[in-house]
This record gives sequence, C-alpha cells and structure tokens, in this order.
Amino acid sequence: MKLQQLSLFLENRPGRLEAPLSAIAAEGINILTLSLADTAQFGILRLIVRDWEKAKRVLEQAGWVVNLTEVVAVDVLDRPGGLAEALRILEDADLNIEYMYAFSLRRGDKAILIFRFEDPDRAIQVLTDKGLHVVDGEELMSFVP
Amino acid sequence: MLKELWNDAEGGFHPASAPDFLPQTALKEVQLRRLRAVVARAYANVQLFRERMDERGLTPESIQSLQDIRHLPFTVKTDLRDTYPFGLFASPMSDVVRLHASSGTTGKPIVVAYTREDVEVWSEVMARTFASCGLHRGDILQNAFGYGLFTGGLGAHYGGEALGATVIPISGGNTDRQIMLIRDFNVTALCCTPSYFTHMVERARELGIDLRDLPLRVGIFGAEPWTDGMRHHIEAEAGIKAYDIYGLSEIIGPGVAAECSAQDGLHVFEDHFYPEIIDPDTGEPLPDGAEGELVITTLSKKAMPMIRYRTRDITSLITEPCSCGRTIRRMRRIGRRSDDMFIIRGVNVFPSQVEAALMAVEGTLPHYQIILTRKGGMDRMAVEVEVTPEVFSDSIRGLEDIRTRLAQSIERILGIRVELRLVEPHTLARSEGKAKRVIDRRNEG
Repeated sequence: MKLQQLSLFLENRPGRLEAPLSAIAAEGINILTLSLADTAQFGILRLIVRDWEKAKRVLEQAGWVVNLTEVVAVDVLDRPGGLAEALRILEDADLNIEYMYAFSLRRGDKAILIFRFEDPDRAIQVLTDKGLHVVDGEELMSFVP
Repeated sequence: MLKELWNDAEGGFHPASAPDFLPQTALKEVQLRRLRAVVARAYANVQLFRERMDERGLTPESIQSLQDIRHLPFTVKTDLRDTYPFGLFASPMSDVVRLHASSGTTGKPIVVAYTREDVEVWSEVMARTFASCGLHRGDILQNAFGYGLFTGGLGAHYGGEALGATVIPISGGNTDRQIMLIRDFNVTALCCTPSYFTHMVERARELGIDLRDLPLRVGIFGAEPWTDGMRHHIEAEAGIKAYDIYGLSEIIGPGVAAECSAQDGLHVFEDHFYPEIIDPDTGEPLPDGAEGELVITTLSKKAMPMIRYRTRDITSLITEPCSCGRTIRRMRRIGRRSDDMFIIRGVNVFPSQVEAALMAVEGTLPHYQIILTRKGGMDRMAVEVEVTPEVFSDSIRGLEDIRTRLAQSIERILGIRVELRLVEPHTLARSEGKAKRVIDRRNEG
C-alpha cells in the first residue's frame, strides 16, 4: 500500500532543479508527481516516479544524494471540504502528518493526495477503516498514460 | 640485530629495513659519522652554508658530537627560492641524474637534485616505508601519487620496485580508471594523498563497487595532514589498513618517516634524516617529547644537502620503544603546519580544528571548504559542507538541525561565529593531489 518516494538534496540557487530532472528524463523515466520544500539556502526535491529503483540508481551514479521514503497516496472527493474531511479523520486518530502534497492527476471526481506520516502503517489502517481509499503503486501507475 | 625473515608481512621486514632495528648506540655512531661528512661537504661546496658557518666562526671541525648540531645555522624555504635554481647544489651537474621541482604556487618554484647515490638512498627509504606499512614482494601496488616534477610519484615508484612489489604507475587522476584497475588487477596496496583516496571511496560507492569486497588491504597516504578520524573513516569504508607517511621535497620527497603496524607515530629514518624539534619562535632546541617545529638535517644527501632545514611542520618526537621492534625514533603525526594557519579576527585557526569539529558531529569527515571574505572591514568565515547520504534525511527540520549542530561544533572549538552552508555533493573542487581547504578572498576586490 505504501509508495516509494525519492528525496534529493538541492541547493537553493537558479538552475539546480533542472539537472536531476533531465538526468532521469534522459533515461526515459516518467515522473508522476513532485514537490519542493525549501529554505533560503537549500531545498528537498521529492519525486514519485514510475521506476524508482532505476531512477535512484541513475541519480546516485550522477552524484546526487538520494533518500528513499515511504509515503501514502489517498484519493479524496474533489469538492470543497474533501481534503478537510480526510484531515479530520487523521486528526481524530492522532496521526501526525510530516508533510503532504497533491497529485497532479485526477481520477473522475477524485483528487489524489500524497502523505508522509510518522507511522504510515497505522495511517493506512485508520484511513481504510474510515472508508477512504488508499491507492497502491500498481493502481497509481494504471492512471498514467 | 639480524632478522632472519625476509619480506615478512607481519613485521613488514625487508633487508633494507635493517637500520630500522639498529641498537641506539650503533645508530648514533652512524649519525655522527654521516653528520660530520655532510657538513664538510656542504661547507666545501655550497656558498650559502659556508658563509653562514663562517659568520658564526664555525668549521666542519666544530662538529664533534651530535649535540653540536645545535650550533649550525638553519636553512629555510626562502633560501631555496633565493638561490633558484641551482644555488644549493653540492655536486656538479654531471653527477646529478634527476631534478624535481615544487609546483611554485607563490613565485619561483624550488628545485631539488639527486645524484645516482641519492636516488638509491631514496629507493631504500621508500622500500623501508612500504615494508613498515606491511607491504612485501607479491603485493600489487597502485601508485596514484602524481608522476612528474612532484616527488611523490617517482619516489613511491622506485621504492615499490626496490621492495619487490608490482608497481602500477597510474599517477593521479581519472578516478573511474583508478577504481577499475584496483578491481581488475587485484590491487592489494595503494598510495596517494588521503583526500584523493576519500574521493575514490566516494566514487566507488556511486559506481556500486564495494572496495571492502576487493583484495585491497593497505593504503599508504601522505603529502598532506590528515586526522585519525579520517583514518577510521577510510579504514571502515574501504576495508583496509591506512598508514601515514611523511616526507618533503626539500629533504628527499616521500620516505622521511612512516608508520608501522602499531599506527602510533611515524618512525623517522634517522640514519639518513636527523630530526630535531625546536621552538618555532626562538629557534631553541626542545627536548624529546615536547611539541614544536620539526627540523631535519639530511645525513647522506649528496647533490643537495640540507642542514637544519625548518619544515614548518609541528610535531614531537617519541623516544619510548615501539611495539613493532623498530629502534629508530618516532614522530607524532603532523596535525598542522605553521603555514596552514590563518588568522581571523585575531584567532589563530588551523583547518584541522575545523575538521575535528565536523567529525565530532558527523562521525566521518565530509568534504568541506573554508571561505574567508571581508565585508565592511570585518572578516567573515564560511564553511561549506557537502551533504552526505549519512546526514541527508527527507526532512527540512533534520537538515536545519545538522547545519546548526555543525556550526555550533565549529564555534565551540574556535570561539568565532561561522556561516555554515550545506552544499550538494561534488560541488567542492576535488583535488587529485593535495586538497585545498582554505579559500582566502579577503584581499580581493
């Protein structure tokens, strides 16, 4: 149920984002979604890709420091209050979210969110119990053209 | 003492190593005989030495005991520059078979010369160096010291061959090829600068090659100061024993001193290189055990004898017997050179102090660079540290935390504020020779 996310350390200066993205593009690896977290001096690029093992290898060989993190993808109704509802469930269960970002893909009337939890296994349990749909890697790939 | 063993891996013994085990009395006899000869030779053939001795009313006959060496004048690096190129030669050029020269980062390079006999002595002390590090016939030695005017490459090359090892003269650079040959040629020993080897270890990891799985078992590192923390890192990451060796071109090149299996100080090949420790400020000799500047007199050099050469390296001499059985004295590893020091806001700083601070936080030594700038008359110190897989976590908080801890660790040791910047891997220049740790831009613009 968990997805593998790649994280890269980047310095916060012009042009730094392009190089790793070009490196994986050159290998024909498709990026499903990405997010950037940054401070004035540095940032973290987070990537969900189709073939994470290959992408990790390519990036490491090119000299980047790559970290592997497990994240959880959830689909929520794409209407006002859809996200709030999911967050309420997590809050009620006292689940700590380290960060989250939205997926660029939509699926009918649903939007897909990526969550990084302190305890992903318990989060999956809670979300599933409350009737939310956790999207696994295989299903996610099937949305991508 | 007569060693029956030949090329024994454990004791690192080789016939050339015999003087390492001479009883002290016999050693002192050799030293005095050679000292008197070299002083006579320098006095007779080198104008600078003769003038300085005459000024002090000294003649070669003034040297009656080893203690008398303290009356002789010092030689310093600028003497080599001032007499550029051949002013300190004691042999006619027809007897000189080799010239080496320093890179000359500041003005004129310095030139050093060797007669055939000097090259033989050099080969001998480098063979003793390798034997001391546990190498023997049958070892495959990859020599990644730079070949050329720099003394490292050829010095190690001749020494490796004299020992009977198989030498691969790859020189410095082309790291991917270095790693390929280590693997394909079953290399068992490698010599280069410690910073270059750290780079090789890092590159091997990127290429998915684990050096611990290969036959490589010994690393012989020199030409720049490095720390014990760096040694532990190298030993763990590459699965080798890492030894420190010491030398300088003005004296002979590599081969002045080397560690043994005890890894506790470097044995000085003092039958050829007589060491003294002096107070760098007053020039007064200090007793064994005291820390000060290392001064060396070459006891057997022919083409270019050096009398009481001030190395600028700070160390101390150890007289206690060594567990390896060698009787020649040891010197402590060079942690700092009086040259490396820079002064910022009135504080004397050695790069090794910054290294110790970084190591205290990370456990290993990351690639780093110190950048000094001046803004509005105020000196600033920035330290750029490359992010390693060990410290990189997926959280901004985690990275901010490591940055703060690195800065605080440096500030605690130096007592001055530093700006600490985390930078991407491979952004700091890698050296294939000596690492450049300090960039001083205070007098630019």
